[in-house]
Amino acid sequence: MKSVLPQRRDELQLKDKKPLYSAAEARAEADRCLYCQDAPCIKACPTEIDIPTFIKKIATDNVRGSAKTIFEQNLLGYSCARVCPVEVLCVGACVYNAWHREPIQIGRLQRYATEKATEAGKPVLFTPAPPTGKRVALIGAGPASLACAGYLALEGHAAVIFEKRPFAGGLNTTGIAPYKLHVEDALHEVEWVQALGVEITTGMELGKDVFGKDLLRDYDAVYLGVGLGEDTKLRIPGEDGDGVYGATAWIERMKLTPTSERKLGRVLVIGGGNTAIDVARECALLGATEVTMVYRRDAASMSGYAHEMEGARKEGVRLVTRATPVAFERDAQGKLTGLKVTVDGAEQVLPCDMVALAIGQSKMHAIAAEFPGVELDARGCIVADPANGATGNAKVFSGGDCINGGKEVVNAVADGRNTARYLNQAWK
Amino acid sequence: MADLSIDFAGIRSPNPFWLASAPPANSGEQVMRAFDAGWGGAVWKTLGDPIVNVSSRFGAVDYAGQKVMGFNNIELITDRGLEVNLREIREVKKRYPKHAVIASLMTETKEDWKVLIRRCEDAGVDGLELNFGCPHGMCERGMGSSVGQEPKLLQEITAWTKEFAKTPVLVKLTPNIGDILDPGIAAVKGGADGLSLINTIKSIIGVDLNRLVPEPRVGNASTNGGYCGPAVKPIAMHMVASLARDPEVTIPISGIGGISNWRDAAEFIALGSTSVQVCTAVMHYGFRIVEDMIDGLSNYLDEQGMTSVRQLVGRAIPGFREWGDLDLGYQIVAKIDANKCIGCQLCVAACQDGAHQCIFTGPNDQQRPPHAHYPGTATAPRPQILGTVAGDRVPWVDEPECVGCNLCALVCPVPGCITMQETATETGDTWNRRVQEGRDKIPGGIHE
Repeated sequence: MKSVLPQRRDELQLKDKKPLYSAAEARAEADRCLYCQDAPCIKACPTEIDIPTFIKKIATDNVRGSAKTIFEQNLLGYSCARVCPVEVLCVGACVYNAWHREPIQIGRLQRYATEKATEAGKPVLFTPAPPTGKRVALIGAGPASLACAGYLALEGHAAVIFEKRPFAGGLNTTGIAPYKLHVEDALHEVEWVQALGVEITTGMELGKDVFGKDLLRDYDAVYLGVGLGEDTKLRIPGEDGDGVYGATAWIERMKLTPTSERKLGRVLVIGGGNTAIDVARECALLGATEVTMVYRRDAASMSGYAHEMEGARKEGVRLVTRATPVAFERDAQGKLTGLKVTVDGAEQVLPCDMVALAIGQSKMHAIAAEFPGVELDARGCIVADPANGATGNAKVFSGGDCINGGKEVVNAVADGRNTARYLNQAWK
Repeated sequence: MADLSIDFAGIRSPNPFWLASAPPANSGEQVMRAFDAGWGGAVWKTLGDPIVNVSSRFGAVDYAGQKVMGFNNIELITDRGLEVNLREIREVKKRYPKHAVIASLMTETKEDWKVLIRRCEDAGVDGLELNFGCPHGMCERGMGSSVGQEPKLLQEITAWTKEFAKTPVLVKLTPNIGDILDPGIAAVKGGADGLSLINTIKSIIGVDLNRLVPEPRVGNASTNGGYCGPAVKPIAMHMVASLARDPEVTIPISGIGGISNWRDAAEFIALGSTSVQVCTAVMHYGFRIVEDMIDGLSNYLDEQGMTSVRQLVGRAIPGFREWGDLDLGYQIVAKIDANKCIGCQLCVAACQDGAHQCIFTGPNDQQRPPHAHYPGTATAPRPQILGTVAGDRVPWVDEPECVGCNLCALVCPVPGCITMQETATETGDTWNRRVQEGRDKIPGGIHE
């Protein structure tokens, strides 16, 4: 059964920061590309998309060919075009930077090609090979699984995804900042992957609705693309109760549930990573009276991207560094009123109406336990060969956040694709 | 400040910039606005029996974001009555006596030429230009390029007009011919006082790939048109220079073909043009472009130490040689400025795939180029390129293998990054000299 998306959701208040190019804009930008030999942008892309080639095809109005060039290397090129940190990847590597000229807007061009070529009514880009008889079960319908399943399906292998949530897409659906990607766009991409022959069953949780031993028996391979678990808690006094949210849970609620009437008020975001920056920025854009990021070390140690932090600052987000949370303060009714922190040893109270915790997510011990031989490392990540996703169980492969602890969508896509290529090669 | 005025076979003009016979010179109102903007002369859109035009009639080639690199039209001569045009010509000459007004003419019989010339001269034109160039529409009726492609006919009609004309007669030539010297010399023999070239090149500008009809589309069909604009300039310059070099061509030349700015004009003048005619650039940007043409040419002449534009006419002609007279000993090699290089490696792609395989990347990229026909030289060591912006992406040139073809410098996007530097100056060893001295056979030929 297909789940229905609520009409009014908070995320819809946030518009695209980088809207779709018009055809003329895309051509003009594509024409600027130098078409470098052995281009550095390709090497900077975790999926090694042939960027100069897809851009050249936009310049010649071969949009269909451009999209195929992208999808051959990155099946989720549609969402990656919007969510990739291009400033530190392909665009950051553009030779124009060395010339102090505006680098080519590769992400926006990729968005143009992939979005135009997958519009309703456009002819299919790829035709799957005849069935091979091989079957793969994939756990989790996030980018790693979707890429893996899609590439497997194109080679004629049956790919069945089991997703515990009501919606497929993983973080693309539940966790991407809305000014980059709205839920319906993420679901559009999921449908596009399904159209390649991928089967997705939602509401199926591993260990509850499906079991490892059955999958190992019924399928030729199992792929674990389960991402990360629940938001980590601070475990300090006053944490339990209204007003304190895990960051990814809060983002998911904003993206997927009906808009609430409640005002955001004063918001504190604990953490210094990209999720912290995202949630801070989103709260600011949704009308919070005040948004402050609270980080325990100095600004230079933050793991979030500088260009994202810059964007957050422009939305009015403040940053308090060297601050360690000590306790949440609540009034007699239990309503959150503040967060007590120590800054360089001195205690102070930051008043607030809401706190989002963006300090990491728990790991998936239960998942690994379903598959004999699959091991976790010290960080709680599944141990897998980065080249092909192979785990300690010869039939089980894995990729994405659950093996790397949380990287970009494009890294998850590369993982999924590499496993699909590996299996396809092995089954030839 | 250099003197830009010219005297073209007796036609005087305050500067060498004329409107070519075309839509911008279709009416008195336009020509007067052009003169106000600074144009020195105008060749009136071709007069004759008025025609009926089709719609549409213009097409263009855009390239890599640049609009109208090439342009074509299937428009014919004037669609306005002769009397209207002549009345306006009279008005223009009255108001602008020092500007050049030349009537472009096209008709059939000797008697018609006589009438047309008399009436135009009565209206006060400074000269006549015979349109023997139009490659579409009129040529099927036995006029335009159908005359320009028949030197004997061209000579005969030119001679007729000279019988009747009191003002200078210019013959406008078509480029749609094997050797431009044939019609050019025929015009001289017919008594022409000047030559104008080139007219447009027979062309199909494009195909509408949705309708699968050529462009510019007239309903569900199209026809060949005349090609012009920046894209044709090299062809036009070659033809102008061909005539300017020929000892039989003793009359002035009005250069036409893709002239868009003062640099283009200066090049045409240096190759032998006395005046230049402009159309496409005006159709693209309007009459206002002449301001920079005048200013730029004037500044250029000042910087060159020339006091008049006449001093520039034909100055590049002695620098033209036949291939056999070019110096075989002169040698240049490519030098890459590592500090300017941005690492795009377009030079590597160009040299490896399109030239002589002597530009490499990476320290371990040293290999004998497959091209080498001068065996024995060692591959040059890769130079140190530390501390540059593009770092390891800076390519390097195996200089002993570089043949100095220029391709890398042409494709490099960064000005001044790749320069071609002389390693051997002129020696006087030419192909023709080798033939004379019997040194023209080199190893590897057919008879070995």
